[in-house]
Amino acid sequence: MGLSEIEPGAAGSPVVSAASPNFMTTSLDFLANWARTGSLWPMPFGTACCAIEFMATAASRYDISRFGMERMSFSPRQADVLICAGRLPFKLAPVIRRVWDQMPQPKWSISMGACASSGGIFDNYAMVQGIDTIIPVDVYVPGCPPRPEGLLYGVMLLMKKIRGESFTDDLIRREQTIGANGLYLPPDRIDELSEPFGNSVSQTRST
Amino acid sequence: MTAAPSPSLAPLRKEFGDAIERHVVSCGDTIVYASRERVHDVLEWLKETPGQDFSYLTDITAVDYRDPERALEVVWQIRALDRPADLRVKVALAPDQPLEVPTVWDLWRGANWLEREVFDMFGVLFIGHPDLRRILMWETYAEGHPLRKSFPLRGHFSRSEQTRQALAGNPEAHYSLEELSIAEEYRNLPDDVRERLKQGKRGFVE
Repeated sequence: MGLSEIEPGAAGSPVVSAASPNFMTTSLDFLANWARTGSLWPMPFGTACCAIEFMATAASRYDISRFGMERMSFSPRQADVLICAGRLPFKLAPVIRRVWDQMPQPKWSISMGACASSGGIFDNYAMVQGIDTIIPVDVYVPGCPPRPEGLLYGVMLLMKKIRGESFTDDLIRREQTIGANGLYLPPDRIDELSEPFGNSVSQTRST
Repeated sequence: MTAAPSPSLAPLRKEFGDAIERHVVSCGDTIVYASRERVHDVLEWLKETPGQDFSYLTDITAVDYRDPERALEVVWQIRALDRPADLRVKVALAPDQPLEVPTVWDLWRGANWLEREVFDMFGVLFIGHPDLRRILMWETYAEGHPLRKSFPLRGHFSRSEQTRQALAGNPEAHYSLEELSIAEEYRNLPDDVRERLKQGKRGFVE
């Protein structure tokens, strides 16, 4: 239900004036989602070359501020969407987890590029095989690195996702903290997500 | 055609004799193999002797070869800035020998982090180093020394165990300014601080 579709005075509600500028009805979900969509403040978590493309997205040619995202929030407390741009080494895993935990609800995350989404070419001892083993991810943007158009498409997908959210679904805004086993996902799920694929299956464990 | 070795080689052999085990000229660079016992003296002589003046330590690294019978080599790359001239000094550590070499931290302060990196990646101990801890991997990293050829590419542990250990790390663990500035005064520290440092607990930003 959009703003333009609302017909004031329909079906028994008191008519103030059909043409009143002070009167509007809408659903709370629509209004909140519309407001959230229009001002997603990104928390840039740039670790590699994807961050360069992210900077290009923020610069004037691609201009992420057209989507209300011009305010880079380098403080997680004032951020809405975490954009992990680049590969994540294990040494940074507790850091991104801390940043994610510090962001207030509502919050979303974009995994930008092959390395953040799956480990990419770095199927080695030092690299997290996809940040979805550390934090929940809303949108994955493929590419190595993705072009700014790719990231913008991912942002627009996230906006589409936000427009479909509802207050009545309390699962969406549930905090998924690290459990008693020290992990956010079950261990076998992490092992499954981190399985080698593509060219890296031909690499052997040497012991 | 054999390229001429570095002009420093002849005086080095004259000074140290058998402690210079052999030399190789590769791509125009002279590689000098020194004995483990004398390598500190060799590097000190190269640095301090007038006419040699290798005043700049470019890098310390190590090489582990795929052949398990072959020795692990520790490499010092040094440079005389005013000529300029380069020299590479190596020590071969056979598989049956302990991975120990003397530190050159007393000659070049910059060796501190380089030696920590070689220790972290190869497990070579630098005897006399003031603070030999891991530098790239976190301090509680338990899987070994990643650049050794015997180390599997994906590490020893499963991915979930690696993730669990990584998430258990404390992102705020680091030296406080006080601890950094009093590193040399360690013996004069209060007992509780010394005990805390001994257990590897670092300072926190309040």
